[in-house]
Amino acid sequence: MEAIEYTTPKTIGEAVAVMAEKGDRARALAGGTDLLVQLRGGRRSADLVVDVKDIPELNQVTYSAAEGLTIGAATPCYQIYQSPEVAAHYPGLVDAASLIGSIQIQGRASLGGNLCNAAPSADAIPPMIAMGGVANIAGPNGNRQLAVEDFCTGPGRNVLEPGEILVSINIPTPAANSGANYLRFIPRNEMDIAVAGVGSAVVLDASGQNFVSARIALASVAPTPVFCREASASLAGKPVSEESIEAAAQLAMADAKPINDMRGTIRQRVHLVGVLTRRTLNTAVKRARGEE
Amino acid sequence: MPGLVHVSTTINGNPTDFLCEPRQSLLEVLRDTLGMTGTKEGCNDGNCGACTVVFDGRIITSCLALAVEAQGKEITTIEGVASPEGLHPVQQAFLENAALQCGICTPGFIVASKALLDREPDADEGRIRHWLAGNLCRCTGYDKIVRAVLDAETKMKA
Repeated sequence: MEAIEYTTPKTIGEAVAVMAEKGDRARALAGGTDLLVQLRGGRRSADLVVDVKDIPELNQVTYSAAEGLTIGAATPCYQIYQSPEVAAHYPGLVDAASLIGSIQIQGRASLGGNLCNAAPSADAIPPMIAMGGVANIAGPNGNRQLAVEDFCTGPGRNVLEPGEILVSINIPTPAANSGANYLRFIPRNEMDIAVAGVGSAVVLDASGQNFVSARIALASVAPTPVFCREASASLAGKPVSEESIEAAAQLAMADAKPINDMRGTIRQRVHLVGVLTRRTLNTAVKRARGEE
Repeated sequence: MPGLVHVSTTINGNPTDFLCEPRQSLLEVLRDTLGMTGTKEGCNDGNCGACTVVFDGRIITSCLALAVEAQGKEITTIEGVASPEGLHPVQQAFLENAALQCGICTPGFIVASKALLDREPDADEGRIRHWLAGNLCRCTGYDKIVRAVLDAETKMKA
């Protein structure tokens, strides 16, 4: 790795100031599981690495029924899945946080880093989109909020302007009778990159027999994670049935625009989107009904 | 070129100070600066687990941490696993079960296995295999390693 400078700001203001001063020559460091590999391999370069883990707002998980879940951008995966509140209210997030990389990687890697790294295959992004996640961004011109589905702009690229940092991701408090799930397909049991992934979240009516609303998002089938607007909207007001879920799966498959590469073919990936959409919707329904 | 940074940390219970460049990984400083060569370099990009250490209570791959991040942290390496009285039960079980061949992956497996058994003394085989998925071994085929961890678990509970 080329020589870098390193700094550990203690506040958001300090971090933004130093990031703004260095512009695109500065990179924020959370767990480093993507950034350090990229710097070492020459895929990214930086003069200054800004370690944001000492900033309290970036390294905590807080939950309240009023505010929902706020995940500091640098909080490692294990703190997500070990949080009793996340386990109780956001099992769809546990699905993703507990399958990213190895136990070693989960000791460092953060959901905020997963989002900023903007890999099409990022496992944490589809469930955050499905659950209505909002990115809280701080920058030299103030703070802004953005839906997670609008954050990634291309492979490895995101909306952050020079000087801006991702502070946290807020996930609203789940509605009554709601559930979510994330699944990916990999040819091994562990330690692989998604050939395709689907995150689904549903809200059912009090009877548990009808969809009030749903959100479906995809990984690894386009240059960015994909929010399936039509597939999601198609379920609103529909009964929970094989037919309604199949119709949503077909619409999700139409949103998949994958490429052929070493991990899978276009045909396989589109097929997988259908399979995983059906499975995640069914699991989300079970969770919404309290059956799982 | 940026200068050297002074880092104060704790390694295997010993307060330790070192100088490093910000670009250096924790693995590089452990091995090349501090001479603690028990921690191995395999892939140097977080895939193989040979460089596993305990960092503030969690196992991490030390190739994917900057040495400067060790400031104020507590680190345990393979050198901190045995006691003056003898090998740790996990190390003894690896020997008795022939759970190593070339040995490059072994320090990482032992650090990771001990961390699991410290945390989950009743981990079953499935849990052990899942926990160790981030440690690669090209020699043993893993079965002997898993048997060694199960053996160590039994002996640690006895």
